[in-house]
Amino acid sequence: MTRRVLLIEDEPHIAEAIRYLLVRDGWAVASHGEGRSALEVIRREAPDVVVLDVILPGRSGYEILEELRADPDLTSLPVLVLSARGQSSDRALAEGAGASRFIAKPFANAEILAALRQMAGA
Amino acid sequence: MVPFNILVAVCLIYVCLLFLVAFAAERRAERGRAGWLRSPIIYTLSLSIYCTAWTFYGAVGYAARSGLEFVTIYLGPTLVLVGWWLLLRKLVRIGQAQRVTSIADLISSRYGKSNLLGVIVTVIAVVGATPYIALQLQSVTLSFGVFASGTPEGWALPDQSATALWVAGGLTLFTILFGTRNLDANERHHGVVMAIALEAVVKLVALLAVGVFVVWGVADGVGDVMARIDASSIADWPLVPGRWIGLTFVSSAAVLTLPRMFQVMVVENSDERHLATASWAFPLYLMLMSLFVLPIAVVGLSVLPEGANPDLFVLTLPLAEGQGKLAMLAFLGGFSSATSMVIVAAIALATMVSNHIVTPLWLSLRAGGARAPGDVRGLVLMSRRVSIGAILALGYSYYHLSGGSAALAAIGLISFVGVAQILPAMIGGIFWRGATAVGAAMGLVTGFLVWLYALYLPSFGAGGLLSEAILRDGPAGIGWLRPQALFGIDSLDPLLHALFWSISLNTGVFVAGSLLSFPSPVERMQGLAFVNAFEHDPGARGWSRGGAEAEDLLTMSQGILGAEEAQRFFQAEAAAQGTAGYLPETTPEFIERLERRLAGAVGTATAHAMIAQFAVGAAVSAQDLMAVASEAQQILEYSTQLEAKSEELARTARQLQEANEKLKDLSVQKDTFLSQISHELRTPMTSIRAFSEILMDPDLPGALQQKYAEVIHEETIRLTRLLDDLLDLSVLENRKVQLSVKVANLHDLLNKAVQAASNTRPERSFSIRREFSAEHMPVITDTDRLVQVFINLVSNARKYCDAERPELTIAARRRGGRIIVDFIDNGSGIPKASQRLIFEKFSRLTDTARAGGAGLGLAICREIMANLGGTIAYLPGQGGAAFRVSVPVRPEVAAEGEAA
Repeated sequence: MTRRVLLIEDEPHIAEAIRYLLVRDGWAVASHGEGRSALEVIRREAPDVVVLDVILPGRSGYEILEELRADPDLTSLPVLVLSARGQSSDRALAEGAGASRFIAKPFANAEILAALRQMAGA
Repeated sequence: MVPFNILVAVCLIYVCLLFLVAFAAERRAERGRAGWLRSPIIYTLSLSIYCTAWTFYGAVGYAARSGLEFVTIYLGPTLVLVGWWLLLRKLVRIGQAQRVTSIADLISSRYGKSNLLGVIVTVIAVVGATPYIALQLQSVTLSFGVFASGTPEGWALPDQSATALWVAGGLTLFTILFGTRNLDANERHHGVVMAIALEAVVKLVALLAVGVFVVWGVADGVGDVMARIDASSIADWPLVPGRWIGLTFVSSAAVLTLPRMFQVMVVENSDERHLATASWAFPLYLMLMSLFVLPIAVVGLSVLPEGANPDLFVLTLPLAEGQGKLAMLAFLGGFSSATSMVIVAAIALATMVSNHIVTPLWLSLRAGGARAPGDVRGLVLMSRRVSIGAILALGYSYYHLSGGSAALAAIGLISFVGVAQILPAMIGGIFWRGATAVGAAMGLVTGFLVWLYALYLPSFGAGGLLSEAILRDGPAGIGWLRPQALFGIDSLDPLLHALFWSISLNTGVFVAGSLLSFPSPVERMQGLAFVNAFEHDPGARGWSRGGAEAEDLLTMSQGILGAEEAQRFFQAEAAAQGTAGYLPETTPEFIERLERRLAGAVGTATAHAMIAQFAVGAAVSAQDLMAVASEAQQILEYSTQLEAKSEELARTARQLQEANEKLKDLSVQKDTFLSQISHELRTPMTSIRAFSEILMDPDLPGALQQKYAEVIHEETIRLTRLLDDLLDLSVLENRKVQLSVKVANLHDLLNKAVQAASNTRPERSFSIRREFSAEHMPVITDTDRLVQVFINLVSNARKYCDAERPELTIAARRRGGRIIVDFIDNGSGIPKASQRLIFEKFSRLTDTARAGGAGLGLAICREIMANLGGTIAYLPGQGGAAFRVSVPVRPEVAAEGEAA
């Protein structure tokens, strides 16, 4: 069964790189480039894993994450938070908001792949 | 013989002369030509008020009764003056630094400006000095009497009391006239000092003249006198070491603590260096004063009839030898000794009584009386005058009541022991930081009471003020409380006995009280200033020097937290560390906790700044911080109205907190900025890293290789541009830009900008409307920078204009000395709420980050325009997004514009 991932990332180049990596790894990839309608897209796409950028136009990744965790259907959905701010305080903030994993930009491609494989398998 | 009337006339003439001298000196000083009035010789001569009538007449009597022992009275001052750098220099330095007005003021000031101590010292001084003043009145009266009894025609001896009254009245008038002419901040009295310097010369000359007459006129020269001394009973007097040491100690103490000596030595001192001269000149003066004491005594004993009063030999010897004029001179010498002492003592005591008793009382009696300062000055002057009158009246009453009894003869030394009680508090105060007001007050009172009980009261004789039974058996028959044999020690002579007990109990109680009590913050500050008097030259304070740190931190903290709170905190910390006492070790942990504690009151930034001053010893003046802390703390200390105080403190705290908020805001702004930069740098780096790793894959199809390499290239350019922008902005913000000013045609500049902006993505149809004819005008500015602004505005329009057929209108015109260029597009414009934000750093409004910039463009434009002396602003209400650039035609116009 194909694992399905939803990328929520406004930087097209970054989204494109991740998409390339995952497609090559056998994932089905959907992507979305802004924050306001992100939750609707998540509900519609019902992915196995979500990759969520923090700074998004329209709405911040943390806000999306908090609302997502408040929804009983989505409480356990694995979410990987990608952030261009890599301090430990940012990691704590992400985990507080309900992130399953936190990876700071710039990342190693293998790191993202390993994390997503593990999250989808669990 | 000298008729009484002539004697009185001579006295009056002499007094008039003194008036003239004092008056002339005052006038000179007022005209700012004090010059030689402040010479070290005048200073030294003014110290001679130490030699009162008691020494002028009494030294001979003393020698006749007790041999050489009279020398001790001169030995003490000599030691103090010779060792001036040890004690006197410090006293004078402190006196000037603290603007000390009297010895009571010195003690009060040292111990936290405690008025109680001022009152105690004043009382001791007045009680000690009153009999002494009486003694001077007596000596003048007696010397009048000598002349009266010696006259063959027997002019009626006027009532002695009346003579004393006239003398007292005259002295009161003189003292008031020259001692309270004005309120000088430094309490200096040039006229008085000049007059007593003249009197010092008169008394020295008089005594020397009598001496010379006695040695070469009555006796047959030096050899004969020496032989007579050997033959007389004076040579038989044994030297008692205990008495010598004791008396030398008392006279050294007295020269430091007698109010009149303190007045001339410290208060009237105008230059510390005068001490160096006085250190040899004053002992020399004393030596000359004592040179002929023994010869006069010996010759007097042998020449004059049995039973003649040796205290008056100086007068009676010349009279007996028929030397009327010499006797007259001797009389003037004694008169000078008495008057100069009384005048200075009255000034010094009046200052103390007025400052520490009358004025505080008067002010507290008229509660709520907030009067103008001028009124208080008048009040102080009046209270001084009244005090002078009162002190002389006291002296006169004492004289009158004691009936000129023999008790007066011994009063000199008794008085010395009395004022010597101030010594422990004084020495402790200037050498020991640990001395406290409680200790000083307890010591002073103890010493004073012991002195009263063991020396002063018994001096009136059995059945005088103390009954014979008490003197013999002790009060209520308690043997160890016998006044002259306290604790069973009855082998000492009464003076030494009283000296020993009063000074040792005084010192013991003072030290114990100081160790057991906790000084107030003001006391700490003052203690520091006094003990380190020589280190307190402006700018030379070393707060961070070892050992003092904890104290300094405490002093500062008290200013912020309040004394009790701070002391509790420090004590708790010390206890936690296991340190004895109330000062903890200044470990980093302790300092950190203290900082947090202070931060609760004044905010973290301020607290840290304050602590850092002490912990690091920064170059910025710690003194200033101490001053701030001390001010705040004085509000705490002195304000009796709790509410006013807390309001004041709350306001201070609020101001400090506001300052702290501002610092925090700045800090947040800085953090936000750094965080944004980090974000803006990481984003392109992420793409670059991800695609580089992808490119390492050997299986990557060629087409993708090409595409991804392009992405990396593009992102690298984005990174470079971001760094350039940041550097540019930082230079512009610091106004460190080197402008290269050139002349150009505005039309050409706009062409250049439109051309450069045309390669901006997205490539879509975009039209620009310009009116070329209006654009032809010269502009003198940094043209490259101006074009940079234009490019930014044009490409912003290209990027963000959301109209279906985007169009930008550029309109230029000249207005006054300025060129105005408007850039208006036909899009939906910028929402009102965001219009103010767009010029801030990283304030990108659009959702799509694809615009390519980092959000620094308009911030840079604003800074450029500021550097060029122009402006850039958003023009609301134009339909689309509209910006107006205004630039001066010439740089000078910018300068004029700013000046106007």
